[in-house]
Amino acid sequence: MISDTTRARFDKEVAKYPADQRQSAVMACLSIVQQEQGYVSQESEAAIATYLGMPEIAVREVTTFYNMYNQQPTGRYKLNVCTNLPCQLRDGQKALHHLEHKLGIKMGETTADGLFTLQQSECLGACADSPVMLVNDRTMCSFMSNEKLDQLVDGLRAAESGAKEGV
Amino acid sequence: MNANQVLSQFQATGVQTCFHDRHIEPQIYAGLDGTNWRLKDYEARGGYAALRKILATGEGEGLTQDQVIATVKESGLRGRGGAGFPTGLKWSFMPRQFPGQKYLVCNSDEGEPGTCKDRDILQFNPHIVIEGMIIAAYAMGISVGYNYIHGEIFQTYDRFEEALEEARAAGYLGDKILGSGFSFQLHAAHGFGAYICGEETALLESLEGKKGQPRFKPPFPASFGLYGKPTTINNTETFAAVPWIIRNGGAAYLEIGKPNNGGTKIFSVSGDVEKPGNYEVPLGTPFAKLLELAGGVRKGRQLKAVIPGGSSAPVLPASIIMECTMDYDSIAKAGSMLGSGAVIVMDDSRSMVESLLRLSYFYSHESCGQCTPCREGTGWMWRVIDRIQHEQGREGDLDLLNSVADNIQGRTICALGDAAAMPVRAMIKHFRPEFEALIQQNRNSANPAHA
Repeated sequence: MISDTTRARFDKEVAKYPADQRQSAVMACLSIVQQEQGYVSQESEAAIATYLGMPEIAVREVTTFYNMYNQQPTGRYKLNVCTNLPCQLRDGQKALHHLEHKLGIKMGETTADGLFTLQQSECLGACADSPVMLVNDRTMCSFMSNEKLDQLVDGLRAAESGAKEGV
Repeated sequence: MNANQVLSQFQATGVQTCFHDRHIEPQIYAGLDGTNWRLKDYEARGGYAALRKILATGEGEGLTQDQVIATVKESGLRGRGGAGFPTGLKWSFMPRQFPGQKYLVCNSDEGEPGTCKDRDILQFNPHIVIEGMIIAAYAMGISVGYNYIHGEIFQTYDRFEEALEEARAAGYLGDKILGSGFSFQLHAAHGFGAYICGEETALLESLEGKKGQPRFKPPFPASFGLYGKPTTINNTETFAAVPWIIRNGGAAYLEIGKPNNGGTKIFSVSGDVEKPGNYEVPLGTPFAKLLELAGGVRKGRQLKAVIPGGSSAPVLPASIIMECTMDYDSIAKAGSMLGSGAVIVMDDSRSMVESLLRLSYFYSHESCGQCTPCREGTGWMWRVIDRIQHEQGREGDLDLLNSVADNIQGRTICALGDAAAMPVRAMIKHFRPEFEALIQQNRNSANPAHA
């Protein structure tokens, strides 16, 4: 269920904690699984529970408590746009609306081609960079004017069709 | 271009937020340019000299644990995460003679809306936090520490991990640091999208691999913290201030600020200013000066209001904030709090109802659900503000909001309840006519809700 590569990454996280506190690594293990598979499946939760020696329901409690864990598959690129007050004052909301228009979906939805999921998010901790957007949990994109948002979406689309054609 | 190349075009460089010449006497951000975050660069800036000083690996006799704590007390350093609690005093609460394991935790779960200072510290000067933590661990006799980093800044988490590797390889972390008898292991952990984990006991729960629901205090972390062991938790910026204090002495640090408010503070200025960003200035700097550093109010507009310490801090109208200096005592006297130093600026075009609506949604969304007043009350306040904003407000709604806020504040396990209630009360207190006007609009219209 867990590949050797994944297990090696898990091991590195577990090693940070006392031997009788393996559960501490659950946050990291879940984020690793999400990075590799796009979301946290029930099977992944079960595998992590076994690996860490904790009840499966305790893993599920974590998955469901923290906003960034995907409980279902998302589009290939999950775009989280911050609209909290400091960002609202600097076009965060506008950026979200622009993406809705550009992608032809509402926030919370995924494009028909499965490429993009668009979400509103709470404070990303980059308030002076507004508008800011987090792509696939790990890449922060700053100062996202409408023009840059277009560039990003068009660029990712081109990268995907290029990858498909083997270019 | 592949996808990573596409995304890399939009990365923040730090030029706008951190590498500008508009800091005043900076200590933490001094000399940074985005490329010089590595160990050798930090050493070239005088880094790890404070650690060498206390461990007496060079000249001198070193500092005892008591001397380190006394120096931090003398400096007047107060917690930079929000509460402003005196750091030296907190360190003295740690039962140093406790025979079992003790822990040191750095709270880098920076998610208080408006705050983005710790990200720039960790990204561009990670070793200053590592050195500060080693010194703190030495002072309190702690052998294991964790830095819990906001999950949304994963690149910064990766950067910090890299810096830890450098510090270990150089002998600053690990067993018998720099050949002394002192050992300290430090690791990085991350959150994954829960504002509440910035609350220290929720953070500990999260570090233990659980839902981030705050614990009732007492017992305080100093006696029952991580894994039930004595634990000291400080904010990133607090640790980052420590090396300078050890190198230059507590008195020198205090002299930079004002009495009871020692040192520099990083203010994250966001919202309606020309140059949003982080500004490191001495505590006690006039707000007007800080606003000027940030380029003034955007587009030459008039200042309307400022939330001076992160979204949880009560809003202050322009007339009050313009008279304030930026330090814990001055802002508290004005009826708000310095909090994390996140200064959210709003110009005269802004609707306070709309602003409060977004904040109240946030607190409702982030309530952990453990305490009924917060779980139910935050959603209730949001719905009432939502109907006022959409001209469905009813007579008595403002009294209702105050009453709900009253029933949350002070009646929950953690401060998120207070954090949700205070903005509501302050907005109504200072900008009541704006709320009333919207409610009145509904009464004047042919809204069937009033039939």
